[in-house]
Amino acid sequence: MKLKTLALAATIVTAGLAAVVTTPSAYAQAAEQFIPLLVYRTGQFAPLGIPWADGKADYLKLVNARDGGVNGVKLTFEECETSYDAAKGVECYERLKKNGSGASGFDPQSTGITFALTDKAFNDKVSIETMGYGLSQSVDGTVFEWNFPLLGTYWTATDVMIQDILKKEKGSLKGKKIALVYHDSPYGKEPILLLQKLAAKDGFELALFPVTPPGVEQKSTWLQVRQQKPDYLLLWSAGVMTPAAIREAQASGYPREKIYSIWWAGSDHDVKDLGDAAKGYNTLSIHNNSVKDKVHDDLKKYVYDKGQGTASNASEVGGMAHTRGMMISMLQVEAIRAAQEKYGKGKSLTSEQVRWGFENLNLTAEKLKALGFGEMMRPVKTSCSNHMGTDWARVVQWDGAKWQIKSDWYQADKSNIDPLVKELADKYAKDKKIERRNCS
Amino acid sequence: MGFFLETMFGGLMAGMLYSLVALGFVLIFKASGVFNFAQGAMVLFAALSMARFSEWIPQWLGFDNLVLTNILAFAVSVALMVMVAWLIERLALRKLVNQDGITLLMATLGISYFMDGAGQLLFGSATYKIDVGMPKEPMIVLENLFEGGLLLSKEDLYAAAAAAALVTLLSLFFQKTKTGRALRAVADDHQAAQSIGIALSRIWIIVWSMGGIVALVAGVIWGSKLGVQFSISLVALKAFPVVILGGLTSVPGAVLGGLIIGVGEKLSEIYIGPMIGGGIENWFAYVLALAFLLVRPQGLFGDKIIDRV
Amino acid sequence: MFYRENGQFKSTYRADLQIFPILQDRIAIGMLLLVAMVAVPLLASDYMFRAVFIPFLILSLAAIGLNILVGYCGQISLGTGAFMAVGAYAAFNLQTRFDGMPLIVSLIGGGLCATVAGVIFGLPSLRIRGLYLAVATLAAQFFIDWFTNRVKWVTNDSSSGSVSVGDLNFFGLALNTSVEKYLLCLMIVLVVGILAKNLVRGAIGREWMAIRDMDVAAAVIGIRPVYAKLSAFAVSSFIVGVAGALWAFVHLGAWEPAAFGIDKSFQLLFMVIIGGLGSIVGSFFGAAFIVLLPLFLNQVPHWLGLPLSTATASQLEHMIFGALIVFFLIVEPHGLARLWLTARQKLRLWPFPH
Repeated sequence: MKLKTLALAATIVTAGLAAVVTTPSAYAQAAEQFIPLLVYRTGQFAPLGIPWADGKADYLKLVNARDGGVNGVKLTFEECETSYDAAKGVECYERLKKNGSGASGFDPQSTGITFALTDKAFNDKVSIETMGYGLSQSVDGTVFEWNFPLLGTYWTATDVMIQDILKKEKGSLKGKKIALVYHDSPYGKEPILLLQKLAAKDGFELALFPVTPPGVEQKSTWLQVRQQKPDYLLLWSAGVMTPAAIREAQASGYPREKIYSIWWAGSDHDVKDLGDAAKGYNTLSIHNNSVKDKVHDDLKKYVYDKGQGTASNASEVGGMAHTRGMMISMLQVEAIRAAQEKYGKGKSLTSEQVRWGFENLNLTAEKLKALGFGEMMRPVKTSCSNHMGTDWARVVQWDGAKWQIKSDWYQADKSNIDPLVKELADKYAKDKKIERRNCS
Repeated sequence: MGFFLETMFGGLMAGMLYSLVALGFVLIFKASGVFNFAQGAMVLFAALSMARFSEWIPQWLGFDNLVLTNILAFAVSVALMVMVAWLIERLALRKLVNQDGITLLMATLGISYFMDGAGQLLFGSATYKIDVGMPKEPMIVLENLFEGGLLLSKEDLYAAAAAAALVTLLSLFFQKTKTGRALRAVADDHQAAQSIGIALSRIWIIVWSMGGIVALVAGVIWGSKLGVQFSISLVALKAFPVVILGGLTSVPGAVLGGLIIGVGEKLSEIYIGPMIGGGIENWFAYVLALAFLLVRPQGLFGDKIIDRV
Repeated sequence: MFYRENGQFKSTYRADLQIFPILQDRIAIGMLLLVAMVAVPLLASDYMFRAVFIPFLILSLAAIGLNILVGYCGQISLGTGAFMAVGAYAAFNLQTRFDGMPLIVSLIGGGLCATVAGVIFGLPSLRIRGLYLAVATLAAQFFIDWFTNRVKWVTNDSSSGSVSVGDLNFFGLALNTSVEKYLLCLMIVLVVGILAKNLVRGAIGREWMAIRDMDVAAAVIGIRPVYAKLSAFAVSSFIVGVAGALWAFVHLGAWEPAAFGIDKSFQLLFMVIIGGLGSIVGSFFGAAFIVLLPLFLNQVPHWLGLPLSTATASQLEHMIFGALIVFFLIVEPHGLARLWLTARQKLRLWPFPH
């Protein structure tokens, strides 16, 4: 009985407290720029999300420690856990979009959450930065004013993979079979449209193998792969599905040299524990994120040596996923810097102003070198109609202990991708009744 | 034909792995009448413990012998699971003694959330490795009979052998030992068992510990195959159809159910799947179990449900 | 003192049978409605609407639906997420394929499709009972998960499988702001809530409760199990389908099949159990608990000034959530509704001891 009264009292108190809950805490306004960090450190994608989130936070800490912020404006940031769930992502977005002088931009780390936020971003006037993922058609800045799929999309990655395969097959794919083993979600389905188009164009046969999330049990998929014997296999997985796929590939005897995975399925944690089993496994690097650069030394000097590093294990720094996180934050910071050039150096900017920065990025080779990204990235220039900037990719291969660069720089073939972008962007504009912006 | 046999074999092996997880369910339901939704979380917790301790023990004690590390880590994990069982019995089960099925179900669901969070808090959410020396390369047999031979996974064979050994041990335990008989008595009728002097709380601790150890074995095998990460707890969702097909109270039912579901799943995915787009094995297992239930509502070997008005 | 029902005599059967026979109850409900319809729209912030009130209303609607099935009819169902998905996608198809379709028609159409799905997947309940039925309903969950992912016309041939709805309008009134969306949800919840309450107070509700308590005995006295069980599935799925359509249209805006996965089913079942099985008001309590608790747990580290990493905070949230579930089940297995009932009983006597 006493326990019941306790429960009753607890409920009433909690209800009262909860009624006071959740006005987002106001941040100090003096010359600060707020960057929300949507992350997933739990759930089925945690192995990918943790180093990615660490990289994002680490670079911002570096900018504050080494440069004192952007032209004196300190960067403030707050992490919000989404667990790759769209509803949680929306809740985080709603809570953080008005923080500070306005959120500088959101990197949802998830194609699913990107879909949910894209519609809202139009009304709320906040940028969504989706480096290397998201809606592939959002490259078209005339329709997708607020989306920035910088440095590459799933379509550019697909095209690069096919280019590399074409090179291996001495220019002809006629009669060959290419399989796509993909995570059965919007993320995994992104490359299908382009692959079907390329299959028709290059004459190869496309076999599709969806894997139900979370992709822990893939035996039937790989039995089918063994039966159909595709010449090459593209892997669009993430989280625990990746090592599961590689192990099943080993168990069914499929040569890992024939597997090409998208960059999110090619991180150190995916293959580290597999050692030799993953030998020969190919992945793509977005620009050149598999190497270490001056920024890593700076990070060690200014952040980790002072014990401020985000990663619990300092050896994570320099890993592919961590580096990608740093690149994302770097692009966000450079967008802020570019926007400050126009709207006032040393001032806090609104979300709309930062958007202008995203749309007018001009990272030359010298600038990249000064920032410490000279080896990792090639020059990037965005514009009103091109929200991707310049895409580059390279093929890297796991040799059992580290990633080795196996190819030269590739760029996607625009003639394959642009018609598809225009078609889907048109469809989106029609469905949402959006008028195309005039970019002249 | 060769491919069909390969699929069958793959299905049988997968089925054995499912029945490993299903065994935990059956054990706990048999003796305490609780459908333990937390079994998946227990598999995850046990696997995480094994993976992390096998990583930490060499660091703490300073030696490098794989066999000794694994044995020590296993022992520590067993102790941990027994402690978990004791805590669950003490804090949750004892207070929920006479509640109806759905309340107990929800309580175990709450426990599963708790263990998910606790496991990841204590051990981390990244992917960890379990290395018990299972062979990873496939073996090809009968190359002269079938073109390309039949692919058999050595790891799966070892896992199936381990599962079979565990099932035999458990069956012997239930039939031959005094505690086993006590467990069966408690499963039959709690109050009657109490009235003849069987201490319910002790029995429940034993049963949940056994469930935990079965979860540990399942976790080690699955973790060795796939790496240990949060998603392993979702393997339990694959084991549900096994349990209901075999009957909630039957150990041989769990094994037979597992084999049927495993084979059915793989065959359906490979032969029916491509016709309707693929990815069907998840729900097909449930539909298969459902079809069996419509014919035998208590599962293949379950206790007949007798209603008294 | 305040809750004495002395002197409140009824002179007609109609007055005696009303939902709130006690005057104080009617006043309290009136004030609650006033607060909900006037005070909240005027005073609450945009964030409160989007993160608290709208999810609360929609989920309590779904919880009412599930309560009818589980609490009143005793059929354990773990496939609620699937029926929400059916409602959402059906409403989406009606809304996008037919130009100018009124929102209410899409919502009701979504509910009707969910009803059909519910009846089909409820057929096994005629043969299977208890825990076996619970696991069998998971078949519905996973099948619909796969169906919405795989079948192209469900998502209007979306290449990625993600769908979204444009701006909503209610018979010409554009529903752009959170306040308008909140009022729409409130209206729907009130109407459906009253209908559900009257259903369970009526003959069909008593049939459901008879089936729940002892279905063999119920069949003996002439209640047709087929009719009772399938009608429970039908009504429950309709309400859950409408809730699913609202969740997708109003709360999410754009969604993918994973939004209605098994986690949603478990979440709804928690709401129903914590709120109280077999109680309409319990559904509201349960929904409030489940919606507010994660937000509350999220903010506590901020208030206490503890520098917790998001991962730790998230894991702690899971642990506290699980522990609270078990705690509530131990302390009051009949849910918050029972606590509320106990409170009201005590209020009838207060301040006197007996």
